[in-house]
Amino acid sequence: MPGEIGTVGELFMLKVLTVLSLALVMNAALAGAALAQQTQVRIAVALEPPTLDPTANAAEAVDIVVYQNVFEGLTRIDENGTVQPGLATEWTISEDGLTYTFTLAEGVTFHDGSAFDAEDVTFAFERIVAEDSLNAQKALYEPIESVTAVDPHTVEITLKRPTGTFLFDIGRPDAVIVAPESAENNARVPIGTGPFAFVQWDRGSRVILERNDVYWGERPALTRATYLFIGDTATLTNALLAGDVDGTNNMAAEVLDVFAADPRFKVLVGTTEGEVILATNNAREPFDNPKVRQAMAHAIDRHALIEGVTYGYSQPIGSHFAPHNPYYVDLTGTYPHDLDAAKALLAEAGLPDGFSATLKLPPVAYARMSGQILASQFAEVGIELELINVEWAQWLEDVFTNHDYDLSIVAHVEPFDIGIYADPDYYFGYDNPEFAALIETLNATTDDAERKDLAIEAQRILAEDAVNGYLFELAQTGVWDARLEGMWQNSPIEGVVLRDIRWVE
Amino acid sequence: MRLPRHPSLIIGLAATAVFVALALLSLVWTPYPIAQIDIARRFQGPSGAHWLGTDFFGRDMASLVMSGTLTSFTVAAAAVVIGAGLGVPLGLAAAIWRGPVEWLILRGSDFVFAFPALVVAILITALIGPGAINAVVAIGVFNIPVFARVARGGALTVVSLDFVAAARLAGLSNAAIARRHLLPNIMGLVIVQATIQLALGILAEAGLSYIGLGTQPPATSLGLMLRDAQSLFVLHPFLSLVPGLVIIVIVIALNLAGDGLRDALDPRLKPVESAA
Repeated sequence: MPGEIGTVGELFMLKVLTVLSLALVMNAALAGAALAQQTQVRIAVALEPPTLDPTANAAEAVDIVVYQNVFEGLTRIDENGTVQPGLATEWTISEDGLTYTFTLAEGVTFHDGSAFDAEDVTFAFERIVAEDSLNAQKALYEPIESVTAVDPHTVEITLKRPTGTFLFDIGRPDAVIVAPESAENNARVPIGTGPFAFVQWDRGSRVILERNDVYWGERPALTRATYLFIGDTATLTNALLAGDVDGTNNMAAEVLDVFAADPRFKVLVGTTEGEVILATNNAREPFDNPKVRQAMAHAIDRHALIEGVTYGYSQPIGSHFAPHNPYYVDLTGTYPHDLDAAKALLAEAGLPDGFSATLKLPPVAYARMSGQILASQFAEVGIELELINVEWAQWLEDVFTNHDYDLSIVAHVEPFDIGIYADPDYYFGYDNPEFAALIETLNATTDDAERKDLAIEAQRILAEDAVNGYLFELAQTGVWDARLEGMWQNSPIEGVVLRDIRWVE
Repeated sequence: MRLPRHPSLIIGLAATAVFVALALLSLVWTPYPIAQIDIARRFQGPSGAHWLGTDFFGRDMASLVMSGTLTSFTVAAAAVVIGAGLGVPLGLAAAIWRGPVEWLILRGSDFVFAFPALVVAILITALIGPGAINAVVAIGVFNIPVFARVARGGALTVVSLDFVAAARLAGLSNAAIARRHLLPNIMGLVIVQATIQLALGILAEAGLSYIGLGTQPPATSLGLMLRDAQSLFVLHPFLSLVPGLVIIVIVIALNLAGDGLRDALDPRLKPVESAA
């Protein structure tokens, strides 16, 4: 029965057809993969955010995922750290510098479909300045006197006093606009107006964002972005080499050589706003004695720290200020590395044999490594440090909230955050009314030259008082697939902004 | 002398002794202080000044290995002490009292055995925080049923012998029989098991430190050295090779010693040997 067994010709045809169809299927699959790769990106970041609401949490990890992607503010900060129009397309400032009138973009909707208008802006700012506000930068918005919706597309913000950085401050992740309908759930399901909408959060693994196809502004090239949380350097290295992720905003410096030599990758070395400091409890003995803090400053060898921790990829700092800021003044020579001077100062402070202290280290490589190196450096002048490794939650509770610590190492990543020293209740325990007055004048000054002088004076006071140990400015060392374009090289504000990222062949 | 018939025992004990000696020496002397960080001399290969090279902080690897071996041995040995100290009395009690006591101890052992040891060790350290002490507790808990079973098994073969019956007739209490007649007779078994558990403990400590739940810096252990070297493996494989090989050699040495001791001490093997 030929029908069952078939002829040689039939069999041959069958084979040809099978091969052809297989080839077609494979072609389609390959084309699909190539197309998919061109509009999707998988970005590895070190830390998983504790929540996804940037207006109620201090963690940088929150901003990295959502800032300018899911949420937008009235203004936005661009790659160079300058203020660009955001949800407010233009604004006017009154003569006395007290009244800002914002014209809002039209045709904007939140990801849940609700319309954006001036009422959302008033709601968002009232929420920030409210008594029970959880905003991490509440103090920045304290000058706000009132927020009024003039009409659905015009908002007027009145200040108590002129505030030089106001337009920058409302572009921060902490001041993004949220809707009254969804604000309560933003910690888990963030609803913003941005070019990317939240899809899902697999705890412990990833957050997926998808392009908002009804976005009011220019549509980004990417259709989908996945943020994967990979804290371990070796795992991340392997994931990049295997092509499981397309890039990371910040790679550990020790393995950069692996990628610098590989044409499949590009390494972007840029600046950040992260000042790594040896946070010192100024309210506690013996650190309440300026001589002790100065002795510690003399004992720090920044060069060795920078080489040891960041393999030379960072700049030294002498005060709480970013070196790329136009107001920066180099104060790294205030207390140069000088062991004899350190010992002399300790002797003057009545501690000729040094002392013992604890050093609480959060779970980030720069802190843990700096801690070991500092312990070795301090041992040379008789200061014995006991290293205590803590998790972030414990760090926030013990060090940041309860001020129960001697020393700690942490990066302060907010831009232009020298004002935190004006608050005596901040965890440094630094109480200097003169400095607080200076910051108040600085905040109220709008003239650029005057602001620069005041900022330099503020840096100088902190350096001379040696409030904290000022170590180095974290570099941002991104590793990306060589075919990706549009990533921020510098990080003038916390965030990994997807807006301009695209694949090129 | 029976010992020369067991070359593995000689090799194992000698190698173990060398590492224990190096570890103990690190208490009073290391070529360089292990906390001494000197960035300028990092990533050096082996040389006259640094026999095993230097690590990413410019610390002397030979000094780190000595100190790390001490930590690993101390943790493993302390865990064995916990395991034997609690497990052997439990095993003896099961063998001599039998009945509900034995049932309870055996089911308790089964219960602990049912969990993968390292996973529960991770659970314990995750609950009470990382650190060498917690690693000792975590590993030690899992040694208890091992020793309990070995002690019970050994004691059961002794407890039916005539001299135990004689002791009972003489009015000795169960506890006294266990201490005076059972324990000395199972000592060989316990020592063999201790050697094996020591090797497993060193591996477990290395595992816990490797995942960040064991020894914490600035103290060091072999597992912690491996962990620190891991991200640098592509660029500086030597940093992983040194602690990795040391762990392997120590564990092999302990296993050889354990095998040799079993052959030398196992009462069941004695008649065979004398016959040959």
